Amino acid sequence: MGKKVMFYPGCTLKGVAKNLEDSTVESARVLGYDLVELPGWTCCGAVYGLAQDSVKFTIANVRNLIKAQNFGKEIGDNRLLAVCSMCYNNLKRAHIDVMKNRDKLKTLDLFMDEEANYEGNINVMHYLQFLKNDVGMDKVAEMVKKPLKGLKVAPYYGCLLLRPDEVAIDDREDPHILEELFEILGAEVVDYPLKNECCGSYHTVDKKEIVGERTYKLVSVAKGMGADVIATSCPLCFFNLDKRQEIAKQKHSEFEHMPIVYFTQLMAIAFGLTSQDVLHFDKHYISPEEVLQKWL
Amino acid sequence: MKYTITKDPHEDERVQKIIEISGQNIFSCYQCGRCSSGCPMAEFMDVLPNQVFMFLQEGDVDTLLNAKTPWICAACFTCTVRCPVGLDLAAVMEAIRELQLRKNYDYVDPYKVEDREELPPIAMVSNFRKFTP
Ligand code: SF4
Ligand code: SF4
Ligand code: SF4
Ligand code: SF4
Repeated sequence: MGKKVMFYPGCTLKGVAKNLEDSTVESARVLGYDLVELPGWTCCGAVYGLAQDSVKFTIANVRNLIKAQNFGKEIGDNRLLAVCSMCYNNLKRAHIDVMKNRDKLKTLDLFMDEEANYEGNINVMHYLQFLKNDVGMDKVAEMVKKPLKGLKVAPYYGCLLLRPDEVAIDDREDPHILEELFEILGAEVVDYPLKNECCGSYHTVDKKEIVGERTYKLVSVAKGMGADVIATSCPLCFFNLDKRQEIAKQKHSEFEHMPIVYFTQLMAIAFGLTSQDVLHFDKHYISPEEVLQKWL
Repeated sequence: MKYTITKDPHEDERVQKIIEISGQNIFSCYQCGRCSSGCPMAEFMDVLPNQVFMFLQEGDVDTLLNAKTPWICAACFTCTVRCPVGLDLAAVMEAIRELQLRKNYDYVDPYKVEDREELPPIAMVSNFRKFTP
């Protein structure tokens, strides 16, 4: 049994992004950590409310933080890990917001009558921060069994790991945490100039043509830089960059498809975890199987 | 483009409401254009991000309520982190949407969304949060 750390999976990981959940939990297990799902967690709401005069979008997040506060005391650890960029951003922003604006916290504590008050000591972390700061990249390096030698990876951060500043896990204009990880996994990192540019996000629901155009640009540039795959941490970036290639191809006949993967899948593969129970390639629109064949 | 400022924008109720909801002093924008130059959605917009502040400073809220721009912004926060005076334009875009959403306006009708089966929850949850009351 590894050391227990609280894990907030989020609703998307429980279905369409099973490939992200299992590769995260299983890669952590190899590193000696047991990611325990936060009991009773609820959906975080994905986007943080920006209206200053409302706490509507903060309720679910603070409720989750209170659940973490209770469970954290049981297991003796105050870290709450998320791997979905949106879940991370949302939980972290809520924590910072109510710590800065105590009147908001007071309103929420009064509103959530049955629950304990939020004491403010939950450390919301993204899995990448956990790897770098708590596990240590040298420990990750130790566990690499099948170096991804020759695989050219374009790291894609998107928006919510880097913006706004208060939640940035790395330099927002020139992040390197994914690059560092992929180099340790033995892969060749592509210097990807669009790594922190937005994919179009939730417009994929009602304006998918726009997202198709964003995907066309993001994937074509990665291809032009010589990448074999784009690696991300967000199930929405993943869906947009993967599935919306269909639209990109319809609009631009010269467009060439490229598989999209989660950074955790690459880590799992390098650790020798190649079972489809962990990787779930059936969740991909463009299968990465051919590109990754050498290491599977 | 030619327009006449007929009323002090500081006294315009809807400008004040946008300031209140967003928490941003829209009068501090000095039109450097940095928000627009880095905006990944600018090519799809009818009013550029810096122009949003221009119209607000002139008290022309109608143009913004009729524009596509607030509904094209993806809340990616690129402008927010780069603005030299620290304005959170993403929050201002949200305030303009809120002016309409708070009147029980549905920009997206969840029942009319195509390919609902294949969309991940994260896409629908975020979209409906931004585009429905
Ligand atoms: S970000 Fe999305 S997937 Fe994550 S919990 Fe929130 S709504 Fe669900
Ligand atoms: S889904 Fe797109 S918009 Fe969202 S964080 Fe990822 S890159 Fe940004
Ligand atoms: S970056 Fe800031 S100051 Fe410059 S135009 Fe945009 S909002 Fe105004
Ligand atoms: S938050 Fe909106 S306006 Fe600002 S850069 Fe992103 S898409 Fe453009």
